[in-house]
Amino acid sequence: MKTKNRRGRLAASAAMAALALSAAQASAQTATIAVGAPVTSIDPHYHQLSPNNAVADTIFDKLVNTDAQSRNIPGLATEWRAVEPTVWEFRLRPNVRFHNGNAFTAEDVAFTLQRLPNVPNSPSSFAVYSRPLTRIEIVDPLTIRLHTAQPYPLMPLDMTNVRIIDKETAENATTEDFNALRAAAGTGPYRAVTHRNGDRIEFERWDGYWGERAPFQRVNYRMITNDAARTAALLAGDVDLIDQVPTSDLAKLRQDNRVRLSETVGLRLIFLGLDFQRAATENSPFVTDNDGRPLGRNPLRDVRVRRALSMAIDRRAIVDRVMEGAAVPANQFLPQGVFGFVADLPAPAYDPDGARRLLAEAGYPNGFRIQLNGPNDRYINDSRIIQAIGQMWTRIGVRTAVEAQPWTTFIGRAGRQEYSAFLIGWGSNPDGSHPLRNIMATFNAERGWGASNRGRYSNPQVDDLLAQSLTELDEAKRERLVVDAMRIAMQDVGVVPLHIQTNIWASRRNFEHTARNDELTRAQDLRPAAR
Amino acid sequence: MAVYLVRRLMQALLVVLAMSIIVFVGVYAIGDPVEILISPDADQLERERAIRALGLDLPLWQQYLVFLTNALQGDLGRSFVFNEPALKLILQRMPATLELAFGAMFLSILIGLPLGLYAGLRPNSAASKTIMAGSILGFSLPTFWVGLMLIMVFAVQLGWLPSTGRGETCSVLGFIGLQPCSAGLQWSWLTGDGLAHMVMPAINLALFKISLVIRLTRAGVRETMLMDYVKFARAKGLSASRVTFVHVFKNILIPVVTVVGLELGSTIAFSVVTESVFAWPGMGKLIIDSINVLDRPVIVAYLMIIVMMFITINLVVDLTYSLLDPRVRLENKGT
Repeated sequence: MKTKNRRGRLAASAAMAALALSAAQASAQTATIAVGAPVTSIDPHYHQLSPNNAVADTIFDKLVNTDAQSRNIPGLATEWRAVEPTVWEFRLRPNVRFHNGNAFTAEDVAFTLQRLPNVPNSPSSFAVYSRPLTRIEIVDPLTIRLHTAQPYPLMPLDMTNVRIIDKETAENATTEDFNALRAAAGTGPYRAVTHRNGDRIEFERWDGYWGERAPFQRVNYRMITNDAARTAALLAGDVDLIDQVPTSDLAKLRQDNRVRLSETVGLRLIFLGLDFQRAATENSPFVTDNDGRPLGRNPLRDVRVRRALSMAIDRRAIVDRVMEGAAVPANQFLPQGVFGFVADLPAPAYDPDGARRLLAEAGYPNGFRIQLNGPNDRYINDSRIIQAIGQMWTRIGVRTAVEAQPWTTFIGRAGRQEYSAFLIGWGSNPDGSHPLRNIMATFNAERGWGASNRGRYSNPQVDDLLAQSLTELDEAKRERLVVDAMRIAMQDVGVVPLHIQTNIWASRRNFEHTARNDELTRAQDLRPAAR
Repeated sequence: MAVYLVRRLMQALLVVLAMSIIVFVGVYAIGDPVEILISPDADQLERERAIRALGLDLPLWQQYLVFLTNALQGDLGRSFVFNEPALKLILQRMPATLELAFGAMFLSILIGLPLGLYAGLRPNSAASKTIMAGSILGFSLPTFWVGLMLIMVFAVQLGWLPSTGRGETCSVLGFIGLQPCSAGLQWSWLTGDGLAHMVMPAINLALFKISLVIRLTRAGVRETMLMDYVKFARAKGLSASRVTFVHVFKNILIPVVTVVGLELGSTIAFSVVTESVFAWPGMGKLIIDSINVLDRPVIVAYLMIIVMMFITINLVVDLTYSLLDPRVRLENKGT
């Protein structure tokens, strides 16, 4: 019986090997990618959303492209500089053709920038990137100048977010025309040939591409939102690459020799927001004394309490146990190597005794009670992270109740300052001014600052440095300003940073994928493995 | 008959109206779609623009009136997420769901009826006991787990079937060669690859229903076998097969038809779990994705369609009754 069984298994594995071999031969020309988040549109200016941007980056190019570590590299512009403090000049790449054969010129750039604020019904438009522009000047077919009211150092960064479309094709095109691929002519390495909403997109190599030739004739881009099903599809050999590898599968996949993982530290910080909306003498909604009565003051306005809460968190343990190693502990928004990284701001050491002393110093020798809120379906292991933190805080005497909710209900309440402490994440652009402006700056609708500052942290020093940095064209000086502002905000514990997520993909062994820190899963980052 | 139909139709309209109000209030109570859809980068100006663009700046009752006015003209609104008409999105996904649901129903009748009949006729045999024990498993195993196990065994370990997704599709006219395959409504049961992709999700969806049909049939057979008319038929000397298939079978069909009909409705409407485990691009997946981002136009349109569908199915079930059992009079059953 036993031998028979073994023989059967041998035969099966031989058959599997044969299958794998034929699959490898067939796949030299075709690759299949499965992504975890649905793409909602092919229109590159309709919805500012990572999955859409990933597909747009496959079909379209930007003036300034970015490499896997989000550094600017020449895209449709070969060089750019501020010819005057308020004028940026972009020199465009010659001899570039769109997928329909049309030539790429400055007209297309101007048309694209003008279209950004005029996409009907957009739930999240790209208008923010054209708003600083006061004038678009076409100098010649391959030179374009962008005028701004004030010196604007972020212009190249903004241009890494704007996918250039063909004026002739898209002049009167609607989002539906893009979705039906009638208008989706770009200059990227692949062109879209099939689009089935919420199911799949099929790409074909664009042989007229100006850059490196794409390795596959055909790429199928499928959306498999269920984590377990995505991993199973990879193991079954139905797909060659998956993104958003569930952390619970990591250990198993690392040992599986049919699979190859590609990973890099990302740009998404998971952190806790704290209630700064209530003054020091007011009650915070979910903070009470140990008997459940109102405290009469908001302890979160005391920097010693905030430091204590931060020191009480064992970030290493969360990263190792909850995140299965798929993150790095952090005390700032960006990882090392990115513009605005603060070198002298290491992740806070775990120090429960120090935290207790600080609490006593602040007048809470016996702690207090707090509720920690968070989503349960948004970030990797989000609800388990807040459970762990609840226990750690309770250990220093801050008795913590934990409440996790679906994102749909959570985010609205967080935006109305209904929580005292809440977990949230932020995916940065690779520039320190981006999280500063959106999260650490004082909420100010007129300036457009602090739009995601849900705790309503406010520090005039930070605002000041940020304001200076936003008009500073000297990159070295600008980085110093950004770094100083970030250091002040973090030392003041304006938010409690936890960890920066690692982005992980898994591919079949005969494929190689370049991991990107911006989380985008692009067809051109997948190649056959070198033999 | 006509009065009955008209009354049914009025009821349907009332239900649809009430349902749309509930959805409007419900989505409003859950949260703000703009908060969920908007890029975190967006500043306050952009947020306001998005709120206006989606028509969410109006008071709720006004938003509802706008919706109602448009709905009366046949426009159920555009999806916040896809910027396409909600109805079109749903209809695009409908074939995928329908073929899965009908596939599952077909399997449940094909497998469930004979097994149930057998178990009812020979209740004490070992085979019957096995069938009944199996049906308990079919009832109690959670769908998502069975789905994942099917994938693990038949796709990952054995490699016999594709793990997820919908395979190649073709239109009916394309299948018989009148036009290219890609034109018209796309069905996957018309291609080999499509059928291979359908097998696991259809079985997964059918498992519960097979068990249900087995148990219903068995119970019906056991009850009917003791009836006087069956005894009389036997006493008359009719053959066993004639007794079974004419006298017994016809009489047990009424509860089976009811349940199968209602189950068909719920399969079409709520195959969410199976569709997301198998990445099957049907309506169930669309609705769950839409709920996650509070895409109100799609939620409303979907529920309207589902309400209409249930009402139609109930109607068909009632009509079938009257065919199967002449004692049933539709006029008495309107309420």
